Amino acid sequence: MTQSVVVQVGQCGNQAGCRFWDLALREHAHVNKRGLYDEALNSFFRNVDSRKSDGAEFAVGGRIQHLKARAVLVDMEEGVVNQILQGPLREVFDSTQLLTDVSGSGNNWAVGNMTYGSAYREKIVDKLRKAAEQCDCLQCFFLIHSMGGGTGSGLGTRVLSLLEEEFPEVCRVVTSIYPSGEDDVITSPYNSVLAMNKLTEHADCVLLVENQSLVDIVNKIKVMSHGTKPGLNIKRNSAVTSGQGGLSGAEKPFDAMNNIVANLLLNITSSARFEGSLNMDLNEIAMNLVPFPRLHYLVPSLTPLYTLADINVPTRRLRPSLPFVSWNQEGWKTSLCSVPPVGHSHSLLALANNTCVKPTFMELRERFTKLYRKKAHLHHYLHVEGMEQSFFSEAIASLNSLIEEYHHLDATKARLTPDAPRLSIAR
Amino acid sequence: MSVVTVQLGQCGNQVGQELFDIICSDAQEGQRKTYSAASCERFFHQTAQGDLVARALLVDMEPKVINRSMSMAAKSGRWSYGASSHFSQKQGSGNNWANGYCVHGPCHRDAVEELVRREVERCDRLAGLIAMMSVAGGTGSGVGTYVTQCLRDIYPSSFILNHLTWPYGTGEVIVQNYNSVLTLAHLYQLSDAILVHENDTVHRICSRLLNIKHISFSDVNRVIAHQLGSILQPALTADSHGAYSRNPLGIDWQVRPPADSGRSRSLTGGSFNTSLANLLILRGKDVYSAETGGIDDPALYTSWLPSKEAFSLWKSPVPFNKYEKSATLVSNSQALLRPLDDMVGKVWNMFASRAYVHQYIKFGISEEDFLDSFTSLEQVISSYSQLC
Repeated sequence: MTQSVVVQVGQCGNQAGCRFWDLALREHAHVNKRGLYDEALNSFFRNVDSRKSDGAEFAVGGRIQHLKARAVLVDMEEGVVNQILQGPLREVFDSTQLLTDVSGSGNNWAVGNMTYGSAYREKIVDKLRKAAEQCDCLQCFFLIHSMGGGTGSGLGTRVLSLLEEEFPEVCRVVTSIYPSGEDDVITSPYNSVLAMNKLTEHADCVLLVENQSLVDIVNKIKVMSHGTKPGLNIKRNSAVTSGQGGLSGAEKPFDAMNNIVANLLLNITSSARFEGSLNMDLNEIAMNLVPFPRLHYLVPSLTPLYTLADINVPTRRLRPSLPFVSWNQEGWKTSLCSVPPVGHSHSLLALANNTCVKPTFMELRERFTKLYRKKAHLHHYLHVEGMEQSFFSEAIASLNSLIEEYHHLDATKARLTPDAPRLSIAR
Repeated sequence: MSVVTVQLGQCGNQVGQELFDIICSDAQEGQRKTYSAASCERFFHQTAQGDLVARALLVDMEPKVINRSMSMAAKSGRWSYGASSHFSQKQGSGNNWANGYCVHGPCHRDAVEELVRREVERCDRLAGLIAMMSVAGGTGSGVGTYVTQCLRDIYPSSFILNHLTWPYGTGEVIVQNYNSVLTLAHLYQLSDAILVHENDTVHRICSRLLNIKHISFSDVNRVIAHQLGSILQPALTADSHGAYSRNPLGIDWQVRPPADSGRSRSLTGGSFNTSLANLLILRGKDVYSAETGGIDDPALYTSWLPSKEAFSLWKSPVPFNKYEKSATLVSNSQALLRPLDDMVGKVWNMFASRAYVHQYIKFGISEEDFLDSFTSLEQVISSYSQLC
């Protein structure tokens, strides 16, 4: 069994990350009735003896003493992390896993990436190394962050490149929250495009989550919960719709949206944690879904979300009407896990490497260009030590070429591609 | 005579456990002392307390499946796997043949060979080795190929049978065609016989013949295990004079066409697949008076093999798995030609765009290795197509 380490950076990263830990504990508590520290728990938690100051660890098989998350929490202001440390999850993290500062990154990618990135490089590597050493067999780093701000976006992508430098063999799965068009951070397009360049370079795969989609989903759930559609059986206490049953009771503003992200992570890792008749390890995600190194942006979909009635699990051989590229007509990878999420009998997670990301990237490019054309707010970035205009031009060039590659693949849709020539063997 | 089985990867270990389960329950059925003794000797060794321990190794690059197979065996109460007859690692092969073949295989070679040696030394006489694996994933296919190579090196004159499970045409592993082609091309040089089950075909058996509504992998694996069991269990052959045959497959499957074999025939010509060799195993009641219904008709066979040599018939009065009468056909024919041809066609298409190739190159194989494997299989397809 392998372990994974979650690295949460910035406000969004830490808030979503905490929902994940909350729900993970709940899921394991639901399945693990005997209080034994098993392989499944071991993948995300350590089991320590809290009486000893050196926090000696217990091996798999014994009773649960004190669970500690395999995580590193980074934020350049203290508010969010302090709240975590005062909340019910405080026991799950110890102080050596945290890295904070006071003044924040001012929604400036350059401050996050360059200023803090350089200042805290040693400390960050130190904490990552410690987390890695506590793992028997580290398979994956999960990075959670948003793209629109300064810390998550700037420092987050710096952490990503450090991960590649220090742990090149370990898979890097990044959950990136993209800002909506109405984001109240004016410079979010700059931050997002600068960050995307790094994601394209250093991530093995990116789970692309748009804030707008999360908002839409949450609204739809609200409508359905209060609606009067007959026959719709809403499960109110499931992990997906609410955090009910988790450690933190009251719902804070972004909680519902962060819940969805947390569930995404729970589902992706379920096959690596629990048994099933067709297992899937995390390294198989990148292997099957990333045909070309740069095109690693995946679109996640989850059910049940708002069709909360009992779902009929589709037969495992779906008959898709989706157009596939000619060289991957049956491009489906399936995994079956026997343990359902809490409150449901079944669930389905789909990860798609799909050219539907192209419009998202094009919109982002448009918003970027609107600002960049007028050089609006550029001086905030260029004043930061280490930052140059070339970063901007490289980043937009990278985004352009990415859009071009997706466009190229899209264009093959209508065309009938002839089969590749075969070898003819002489008799 | 004993057989040592190496179960590789998730599929190999899941199917293997079902196979030993069926063999054991068939062997212990009723009062058939000679059959029972032969079957137990072939597949199990007996501890001092009389418990049956499978002559098998479980190999996988992650531990979950091995743990489950071993505990399911122990739960049966009738047989078990050897407590230390397994090898696993923590992290799988990521559905990557190159990871299995170039990295995991060589890395764990010594440990696996040691386990094989120990198991073989427990046998009075070794009839042969069976390697069970799927071709779609990373461990069964990649590590399985590497292990087969090692077995061939250590036991150059032993009979090596590879049992392969081919994946569903769609939906299991996206890079399954790459993994399959790389495996088949290598095994072709190493194996004495490659016995294939296609998930799609077995699925149809489950739905149409067994009327199973929601077909799971357990159902599929059980059908495969039944079919394998009916082949591998002791049977009387024409020349065995009442004693149970030594070699599990009893016949030499290797054939080579003579230099000048007449005209070629297209894939679509004719209504039968041309056979190189067929083995029909009949078990149960009234077996000696059974008609073989034209399977020995020379029209079914290639012109340069007399049907007397190409067709083998085993009749065994002891029933298998409580079936009053059963018949099993093992066929070396053009039946797999279409699936193989489709697989190779798809693999060329994918390779033409170089999709996923970077994932394999990362672990140590080159584009030439891909092309060599494709060429190998095109030759196999060509040879089978030209049978007439």
